[in-house]
Amino acid sequence: MLVIPCPFCGPREEVEFACGGEAGPPRPADPGALDDAAWTAWLWGRVNRKGPQVETWWHQAGCGRWFLVARDTRDDRVLAAWPIGAPAPAGLGLAEPGP
Amino acid sequence: MRQPFRLATGGRIDRSRPIEVRLDGERLQGFQGDTLASAILARGIRLVGRSFKRHRPRGILTAGPEEPNALLRVERGPGRVDPNARATLVELVPGLSASTQNAWPSLRHDLAGLFDRAAAFLPAGFYYKTFFRPGWAWYRLFEPAIRRLAGLGRAPETADPDRYLHRHVHCDLLVVGGGPAGLRAAGLAARAGARVILADERPAPGGGLLDTGTAGPRIEGLPAAAWLERLLGELEGAGELVRLSRTTVEALHPSGHALLLERVADHLQEPDPRLPRERLWQVRPRAVLLATGRLERPLLFPDNDRPGILLAGAARAYLAGQAVLVGRDLVVAAFDDSAYAAALELAAAGARVHALVDPRGEPGPLAGAAEAAGLRLLSRWAPVGSEGGPGLRAVRLAPLDRTGRPDGRRERTIPCDALLVAGGWTPAVQLWAQAGGGLAWDPAAAAFLPTRGPSWLRIAGAAAGARTLAEALAQADRATAELLAGLGLAPPPAEPLPAIEEPVPAPSTPPWALPETWRRDPKSTFVDFQNDVSVADIELAVREGFALPEHAKRWTTAGMATDQGKTSAPATLALLAAAAGRPIEELAPTTMRPPWTPVSFGALAGVHRGDLFRPIRTAPLHAWAAARGAVFEDVGNWKRPTAFPRPGESLEAAAAREARAVRTGVGLFDASTLGAFDVQGPDAATFLDRIWTIDVAGLPVGRCRYGLVLKDDGTVLDDGVVCRLAPNRFLLSTTTGGAARLYAWLERWAQTEWPNLRVWITPVAEGRAVIAVQGPRSRLLLRRAASGVDLSPEAFPHMAWRDGKIAGVAARIFRVSFTGETAFELHVPASRAEEVIDTLLRLGPDLEPTPYGLEAMHLLRLEKGYILVGHETDGTVTPRDLGLERLLAPGKDFVGKRSLDLAEHRRPDRPRLVGLLPLDPTALPAVGGQLVERAEPGAPPLGRVSSAGRSPTLGRTIALGLVRGDRARPGERLTVFAADRPPLEVELCAPCFLDPEGVRLRG
Repeated sequence: MLVIPCPFCGPREEVEFACGGEAGPPRPADPGALDDAAWTAWLWGRVNRKGPQVETWWHQAGCGRWFLVARDTRDDRVLAAWPIGAPAPAGLGLAEPGP
Repeated sequence: MRQPFRLATGGRIDRSRPIEVRLDGERLQGFQGDTLASAILARGIRLVGRSFKRHRPRGILTAGPEEPNALLRVERGPGRVDPNARATLVELVPGLSASTQNAWPSLRHDLAGLFDRAAAFLPAGFYYKTFFRPGWAWYRLFEPAIRRLAGLGRAPETADPDRYLHRHVHCDLLVVGGGPAGLRAAGLAARAGARVILADERPAPGGGLLDTGTAGPRIEGLPAAAWLERLLGELEGAGELVRLSRTTVEALHPSGHALLLERVADHLQEPDPRLPRERLWQVRPRAVLLATGRLERPLLFPDNDRPGILLAGAARAYLAGQAVLVGRDLVVAAFDDSAYAAALELAAAGARVHALVDPRGEPGPLAGAAEAAGLRLLSRWAPVGSEGGPGLRAVRLAPLDRTGRPDGRRERTIPCDALLVAGGWTPAVQLWAQAGGGLAWDPAAAAFLPTRGPSWLRIAGAAAGARTLAEALAQADRATAELLAGLGLAPPPAEPLPAIEEPVPAPSTPPWALPETWRRDPKSTFVDFQNDVSVADIELAVREGFALPEHAKRWTTAGMATDQGKTSAPATLALLAAAAGRPIEELAPTTMRPPWTPVSFGALAGVHRGDLFRPIRTAPLHAWAAARGAVFEDVGNWKRPTAFPRPGESLEAAAAREARAVRTGVGLFDASTLGAFDVQGPDAATFLDRIWTIDVAGLPVGRCRYGLVLKDDGTVLDDGVVCRLAPNRFLLSTTTGGAARLYAWLERWAQTEWPNLRVWITPVAEGRAVIAVQGPRSRLLLRRAASGVDLSPEAFPHMAWRDGKIAGVAARIFRVSFTGETAFELHVPASRAEEVIDTLLRLGPDLEPTPYGLEAMHLLRLEKGYILVGHETDGTVTPRDLGLERLLAPGKDFVGKRSLDLAEHRRPDRPRLVGLLPLDPTALPAVGGQLVERAEPGAPPLGRVSSAGRSPTLGRTIALGLVRGDRARPGERLTVFAADRPPLEVELCAPCFLDPEGVRLRG
């Protein structure tokens, strides 16, 4: 079981959280302007990176805030967590998010 | 006392406290300090079980958690039953009753032992190869028969009366293993100021040192036991050190989270009733030191599984621990030096060692001592077979030529009652690998040894490949210093390592090094004892293409038994490598999954059983409904009334009566479990417009609108009513079952995708009760109780809300209906709900207000064809599939809209919601039943039945279903096909059976 360092509450057990999966690029502003291929690429495309990956997590049984977590998928290490909108901490070896 | 193999002195048993238990109904004596296994050996019993697949007789092999054979059913009283308990770990307490497993009619005369004679027909993958056709036969013939024969042990049938607790703790350092390396590290770290937990599986500290006797190491001039006592004395007051015995680290995750099982009460003669039986510890250490020791390997030769063949180390352990000789007439097969110590110690204790067989040309440093003790050493010899029935009577030995081939002409058969085998040692690196530590093959050790691991993890002692005690202690010092530095703690002043007298062992010969010794009968040469995997099975797996460890493991099941291959893993890999002609270095060992030893369900569940299994939610009118005879059902965590049956009335009859009352008079329904969310902020309308399919921005204050919530793939997530309370404030009324999910959904979009929108979402269901008043006479009833609100259809139309008072209680009233009747939903403070509903009942005796439950509600909505999320939807259904295009507002984007235009969602054979009328109006279609053209095998499914019921209004059965769009024509006939039901013909119709124009609704 992981310990997730909630940026608002501090480190808490994983059971308090729900994982929203890999953080992708923002939802297109005008989905109607995209063709089927571009739309489904945004909808379903995931990188599933082996290594540091940015994920969205929700502190469901805590402050109720969604935030971002960098987790290394190779060894499950949680590298950092930060609020949405804030810049990712430097030096985590993160690639650009999403396809 | 019938303990012929017990010595008069020695051991760590308390001879003043005899204990009697039962084994298969017979009396078995032992002492405080015995395990079930040591008591069985003291009595001279050899046969303790039948193997899993071939039902071969098996005996005790080991003295520890790695035991593959001696799995017994242990009972400690009614309900206190453990199947598959390892006899080597069960401490003797009075009243305990054990029985052997996997044999019928009896252990000695097991009929299924015939399987062993048929071994040629039970190769690896036998079940996969044999039982796949014809298809029907698996379920009707093969599976039931196999299930009767297979499986280890029987599950207990009565509830477990014991208590189990959980504990969550943090510490600086967790030391796993209470052997010399673990004790040394724990002492050092505690003195350096670290908060330390030392978890030791064994009842007493000392680890492998406890299993040594007169031939063991002398430390500071003391025998091991005396030195241990001194070491433990020094640990007292060493700092903040929690020492847990009988506590197994069952899992160590890459995140550093450790799961510990502490056996609190099983070993106590009269446990304090306040104690739990077991305690599950969730430990969050900042650093972990593994000192998990090592496991001895059995040897490979035909019939190497015969009861009476034991690990040499186990024989030493039973002698040192319980003063039990595992045999009187011994042969010792020493592929490793430790067997010399075993031979010397057992000989000194009175056993006759008839041969000490060593395949190596260079005997180890103890060979001189062995010859001085008069033991007959056969250098370059090896066992090639065993004789006897279910108990060893003789061992066949043969000399080896230079290539390791046994010379059959010079073979000798030596009678004995026990063969001690020593195939070298495997470091216990299971937790290391599980936590993410690396392994590499070490040819000198003939084992996988730890390489690099996570920064918080170190491994020391025999687990790290140390061959001597001195080496183990030095490793512990080094590893502890590194971990302390990582914790930011200064190491304590250096403590000199003790002076140790011990022989340095010569390299051992691994068991798999002499393939010619089993070539005569590889089918009876066992690698994995618990799953009956032989050398032949592994060679067959390679021939059939399963040459990689992960594949071969699944094909042969080697390492997949409850012991997870503790005694067999390296041999399996080495044999795989040899059969595939590859170096073993290239093979990656499989990683042990948690738990290290089986864990009881009770420990995992803790207090979360019975009433505490999960939260029970009750609505504000729960007590009120119970007092009126409501029968409740579980809906998620909620208890909701199914119906309010009168005395003698069936649930079905009650539901029909309640539904009729709603159609003809007025019904009262507790809808408090519905989700309710207050959404406000300057951007609330914009936000909801993006989430709901309907036009929210255009909704006037005072009005409500029903709509859908889609996922972005276009499928229906939930449905619900949006009410505009003020220009910037809305109330969402959503489904009971989807409330939590919807809240997560709203928060997710608001926070992650559109954090710039100024909108706040608050769940408000808890504080209020919702009483639905439904039926043609609902207005009549409400008028008698209402004040401050005009209930006329003109002033208060369908899909509007007004504030007013009901029975003097402030109420927000919504005109929404899930029955198709004129209806009002009263939202009142939860604390006043009973008062309001009682007033309604009192004011309208002539109107006969009828409380109704879920069953009537389902019938009423079914008659109207209203969808129920989770019945008509299943995560693949779009609004168009449901015929709800009218709920898709044009001219705005909403989540899911773009996907509705995908070609996939526009296919003509997408499902379509239809009504189903059985041709036999008394027959009820099975919900979940398949809709087919004709009931015949192989008929392609055209759809499914999603809801069905007996409509009291129509006097017939009706159903809803989803049918392929190109077949969803009114008047078409299809057949409902469901397991164990006769085929039922239905006619398709529009999915609304009553008042399609909605006249009653708007009344």
